[in-house]
Amino acid sequence: MNQIRLPQITGLSKTSISFLPFLDKIPVGICILSLDCRVVLFNQAMEILTGFSREKFCGVPCCYLLRSNICVQGCPLPSIKPDSGPTSFEANIINRDREKIPVRITLEPIVDISGKHTGFLEVVEDIRLLKEANTELSRAYSFGKIIGKSPQMERLYRIVPMIAQTDSPILITGETGTGKDLLAEVIHRESRRAKGPFIKVNCGALPENLLETELFGHKKGAFTGAIESRQGRFHLAHNGTLYLTEIGDLPLPLQVKLLTFLDDKIIHPLGDSKSYHVDVRIVAATHRNLEQMVREKRFREDLLFRLNVVRLELPPLRERKDDVRLLLDHFLARFASQFKKRIRKFSDEALRVLLRYPYPGNVRELKNIVEYSVNICTEDIIQEWHLPAYLFSAKTDFTDDRLNDREQLDSVDSFLPAGALKENLDWETMEKKMIIDALLKAKGKKGKAAAFLGWGRSTLWRKMKQYGISS
Amino acid sequence: MPKKILIPLYKDSLAPRFDLATEVLIGLVGESHNVEEKRVVVLPEASPEEVCNLIFTEGIDVVICCAIEKEYYDYLVWKKIQVFDSVVGSVDRVLRAFEKGELSSGDIIMDY
Repeated sequence: MNQIRLPQITGLSKTSISFLPFLDKIPVGICILSLDCRVVLFNQAMEILTGFSREKFCGVPCCYLLRSNICVQGCPLPSIKPDSGPTSFEANIINRDREKIPVRITLEPIVDISGKHTGFLEVVEDIRLLKEANTELSRAYSFGKIIGKSPQMERLYRIVPMIAQTDSPILITGETGTGKDLLAEVIHRESRRAKGPFIKVNCGALPENLLETELFGHKKGAFTGAIESRQGRFHLAHNGTLYLTEIGDLPLPLQVKLLTFLDDKIIHPLGDSKSYHVDVRIVAATHRNLEQMVREKRFREDLLFRLNVVRLELPPLRERKDDVRLLLDHFLARFASQFKKRIRKFSDEALRVLLRYPYPGNVRELKNIVEYSVNICTEDIIQEWHLPAYLFSAKTDFTDDRLNDREQLDSVDSFLPAGALKENLDWETMEKKMIIDALLKAKGKKGKAAAFLGWGRSTLWRKMKQYGISS
Repeated sequence: MPKKILIPLYKDSLAPRFDLATEVLIGLVGESHNVEEKRVVVLPEASPEEVCNLIFTEGIDVVICCAIEKEYYDYLVWKKIQVFDSVVGSVDRVLRAFEKGELSSGDIIMDY
């Protein structure tokens, strides 16, 4: 690894200006490359976009930093000459979090004062918002990626633009699969921070010590194995939004640190004597009952009060029956186009089953059912037999669409492990039981079990990992 | 039982992208943990599905690559394949690090 250079700008003002902090103030990814296309340095926006630190990538060929499709399909850098103008093109990159991101890349030669070619300037813009906006323009009854026309969703559409404009912390609650992540993204995109980063952290995915460095960063030598300083997610989310999902799983010691941040907007990286001010809006989400957790002393009451400034509750799908048909049609169109199939609609029989089902897994489950059906269907209409088998294996008592919510809720237990609701099990326990039952039924075959549940294989794998179920 | 290893290639280095590699190196990890019987397989086209298919038909146990999309990473890990990703470097040096048991995801192993 090469040492990172710390150049200065002279002649611009009376004193020299440090180049790197100057570059960091520019909100698009900027990378300076040598003539042999190796990374000389890059700014913080590029660190956020790629997920890699500049200390580690200094001197590395740029294709390993950017990881764009253009890098291996005809890199234009060798054809850029000192007198070339800017070259701009759309591409996609894969970042450290393994996400594929659409970007616009602009390349320019860098020449010295005598006109000699010394390197390249690479500007990389994240164009996800632009791409999504284009596809969303024609979509009615939607807000961002959220779809629905029920009164509950209409109310949400009215209040989100208003609360997005403030900087107050937001707490999103709702059952699993109701769209908490989508709502958080919409809030960010509607806010004045839309051009800043949107950083997501799953508080339940990492052990406490790792989560602390992930959130707040650490100084080199702060602990065994801290071979380099690392900025935390709070730092990376500067001027943007930090989305803390599964906030109910945040360990108590970190709840104190989060509370401190919410009070004074200052973070203390691990092992660093200095503290840093960051301008970050917090959006938190959970499917847990935080009030109950406070009573059980598993969640700090003062943090709940601090986060609960604006609370958005996403209704479960069984309470927004009007949206089921809309969502079914939306996902059918999406998957049919994605899988290049000419499926036009659901048959009346299939539709009857789908409209009566209570969707305990909410929109995520509905989406998985449609994805499964589109995969299975070889005709132009989805029939009953294209639907996941588990929709039929359960007894359906709810023949009347006019059933009230309580009745609909009661009917859920026909799809869940026997007596689950009677035993007053929470959603996680019920879901875990559903998975185990499906695995038993499928004789341990995960693909078959996933089909029983109407999930994709990766969803089943993720859930099994989440609940610690081994096959 | 000897393990089989697969590395997507770009010239003599790891391919920057798993989904765009058109050549892969397949080798056998011997009892001394050295990679033997190395061969290069040229793919008809760059396709992540094609590479995944090759991984299963060849009975690969370990994949060393650079950028890989979450979808394929999760799928391979779910299929109990050990994946070292975000690795940068020449194939020889990466293999040497692997043979010594010193390789981890995110390693940059190259001469400057």
